Amino acid sequence: MPTDPGLATTSDQLVLAAILLYVVAMIGYALDLGFGRVRSAAVPAREPVLAGGPGAPAEPAEPPARPDPPPAWAARAGTAAVVLSWLGWAANLGALVARGVAVGRWPWGNMYEFVVAISLAAMTAFLLMQPRRPVRFIGAFVSVAAALCLGFAVRYLHVDAGPVIPALNSYWIAIHVSAAILASGLFIVAGVAGLVFLVRGDGPSRLPGRVELEAIAHRAIVVAFPIWTFAVIAGAMWADKAWGRYWGWDPKEVWAFITWIAYAAYLHAKATAGWRGRAATIVQLIAFACLIFNLVGVNIFIPGLHSYAEVP
Amino acid sequence: MTSTEEVRPDPVRPAGLGPAGWLRWAWRLLTSMRTALILLFLFAIAAVPGSLFPQRSISPDRVAQYFTDDPGTARWLDRLWLFDVYASPWFAATYLLLFLSLAGCVVPRAAAHARELRRPPPAAPRNLSRLPRHAEFTAPGVTAESAATRLRAMRFRTVTGPDWVAGEKGYLRESGNLLFHLALLALLVAVGAGALYGYRGNVLLVEGNGFANTVAAYDRYIPGQRVSADSLQPFSFTLDDFQATYVAAGQRRGQPLDYSARITVADRPGAAERPYTLRVNEPLDVGGTQAYLLGHGYAPTFKVLDGKGEVAFDGPVPCLTADQATYTSECVIKVPDARPEQLGFLVRFLPTTVPAQDGTYVSVFPGAANPTAQVFAFSGDLGLGSGRPQSVYRLETDRLKPLVMGNKTKPLAVGETLALPSGAGSVQLTGVREWITLQVAHDPGRVPALVAAGLAVLGLVLSLTVRRRRVWVRLGAPGEGGPRAVEVGGLTRDEGGDGFAEEFSRVVTALRGPRDGAAAAREGVKDAH
Ligand code: HEM
Repeated sequence: MPTDPGLATTSDQLVLAAILLYVVAMIGYALDLGFGRVRSAAVPAREPVLAGGPGAPAEPAEPPARPDPPPAWAARAGTAAVVLSWLGWAANLGALVARGVAVGRWPWGNMYEFVVAISLAAMTAFLLMQPRRPVRFIGAFVSVAAALCLGFAVRYLHVDAGPVIPALNSYWIAIHVSAAILASGLFIVAGVAGLVFLVRGDGPSRLPGRVELEAIAHRAIVVAFPIWTFAVIAGAMWADKAWGRYWGWDPKEVWAFITWIAYAAYLHAKATAGWRGRAATIVQLIAFACLIFNLVGVNIFIPGLHSYAEVP
Repeated sequence: MTSTEEVRPDPVRPAGLGPAGWLRWAWRLLTSMRTALILLFLFAIAAVPGSLFPQRSISPDRVAQYFTDDPGTARWLDRLWLFDVYASPWFAATYLLLFLSLAGCVVPRAAAHARELRRPPPAAPRNLSRLPRHAEFTAPGVTAESAATRLRAMRFRTVTGPDWVAGEKGYLRESGNLLFHLALLALLVAVGAGALYGYRGNVLLVEGNGFANTVAAYDRYIPGQRVSADSLQPFSFTLDDFQATYVAAGQRRGQPLDYSARITVADRPGAAERPYTLRVNEPLDVGGTQAYLLGHGYAPTFKVLDGKGEVAFDGPVPCLTADQATYTSECVIKVPDARPEQLGFLVRFLPTTVPAQDGTYVSVFPGAANPTAQVFAFSGDLGLGSGRPQSVYRLETDRLKPLVMGNKTKPLAVGETLALPSGAGSVQLTGVREWITLQVAHDPGRVPALVAAGLAVLGLVLSLTVRRRRVWVRLGAPGEGGPRAVEVGGLTRDEGGDGFAEEFSRVVTALRGPRDGAAAAREGVKDAH
């Protein structure tokens, strides 16, 4: 299948458009964050309690009255930011689809394409969560992360569109890599929420409350963890087809496993040991560090069988 | 283990107990959940060095390189098994302990869960308003029976008292949790069994040649400890043709696109032969034994006449690929039968030959578009008689004298002959074939491992998504046919109980009955603020 150079160029341009839109969206979020309404901190924004009995938590205290109400344009900036992120998302998706059509295969056959897909997944996870939970303000951070991913991909990982080597020519790419991308996107949202959690103090702030941030991270990880598990198992099945063994402690396999254990540890710490707050967040971020090391460090520094780590 | 119960406390260290007491203490300590968790971490951490140091089982050449670069450190690393991490005693110790610990932890829990599945939900606590979720309303015609029926319709398990109902739901959480851990145990067993009862072997095969699955046919054979040589699946096949396709032009010129090896397979001796095309990602499977296409290279064919005019060698010579980008290959021909003196040749094989600026010749493409062979000839003693084992890819030149040398001699095209000086004979490049390397592997644990992994995921999803929750209903004293006060309390015992508030108001709505449902829902929403 010959490569379509026109579409490939379109794809490259769409990536640049996506970066631009994400950055502008980030500014919108930041304006809303900086000048918008102050949220109270300790109590989550939404804690549905039926008929508060003696043991029930007290109603959230009204935030201290502020002299002037937040300017209306701040809220509008926030809304515009959401719209811009959707546009950036569409450009990101378009870039991926155009690349896929240009080369006539799944568009995640090398590091560049893989990273573009991950930033799309992270943005998708955020945008889908956004209307359901008061997480709009981590938008500023998720879109920064996505823009940075894309920028890094364009600057350091870009390779021209083209066919893949025989090892990657398999339907397993659709199964294994897609799952890895989805899970990574969700883990990135959780990681961003965790970082914001650490940055944010306990006091009132414009950032979402700590409880809310923790809930977001937990939710994202609960969804991502089984997908990650599936990605690892699908990887093993592919390895069985491609390399003649389903598990051989290739560096990528080792770090996928370590990441898996680390996220399992987080879930255990929450469920069994009842860890909350800072401690649980730190475990989550350690797991996140393992994930990022697997995506970046292992591909670039450690020789292994994962041949897609094609970096120019 | 994920758990809805409290962590079992660490057993208290026994004071002055006999050996039996110590053993019991050690067993309890080993099988406590905390130990299982710690061992799981240790297992993960123990896997790290294997990704940082080269491993013999994966890249033996990089280990050898380490030994030549820094022999002092390498010897120390080797003493600590750091080049064989996954076969090391300390790695085995962590997973054996983990295995024991998991087993000791899960089996009793499974029994406890089985008992719990048969136990009715606990009776209502005295003060329902102390529970995290609580609601009160009055409704006519509510009885304990009707409330229990409504709860059961929502798939609660109930027990009914005179004026109260207790309901519980979400037992699948613990079932899933146990399934997950039992599946992990099964996975460890399957992996272990695969290693004991499986084998793998590597073999190089030139186009036109055949392979029969016997230990003797392998270049390298790695059996598990419990494999007997005659349990090998008795299939055989012939390599008819190998094709490699490459990108022909553009920035990616020379990048491989597809490898396919056409073979003719006999599943067992005497069975009908069938054609098959081996590809990367598409191994041959004969009764659970699989053959994989690993690598390929060139095997030019040569005909060597000796000084007496006799054919001393005629056949393919598998070459080592020296450069992956151009498939420039290096080969050795040893002709011990040549008379009056033995002959040896070093050959540079160039699949797509072009002359370079400096008068040498190079290959510019991995496909065989213009194949030539540059021959360096020696005569004398090949040293084969000394009894010392020799590599077929190396020529021991100590007792050989060079006959034809020089990088700038024009290489032989197919069909061309090079006459050796002083009547020592001649060498002709007669054709070009290719070789493939295959890995044959039999792992009886692979399907069980897959099933176990699938069950583990199923259990995991259940234990992460199902919440264990309890609801109690208490009825006030019945008025004379009038409305009755109803008190409802609920609690979930698991983290992430954020969806429980909504579920609880649905339960309250259902208990109130359809007529008042809308009002109750409104009230529920109001209460939420
Ligand atoms: C969970 C962490 C992992 C990630 C993020 C990951 C990601 C990827 C990616 C991006 C590819 C390349 C496909 C392409 O370039 O389009 C790939 C290929 C592959 N992966 Fe993984 N993988 C992971 C773990 C594993 C594991 C644990 C195994 C095996 C047990 C595995 C086996 C394979 C195989 C066999 C291939 C194709 C062959 C090749 O790249 O040469 N992967 N993986």
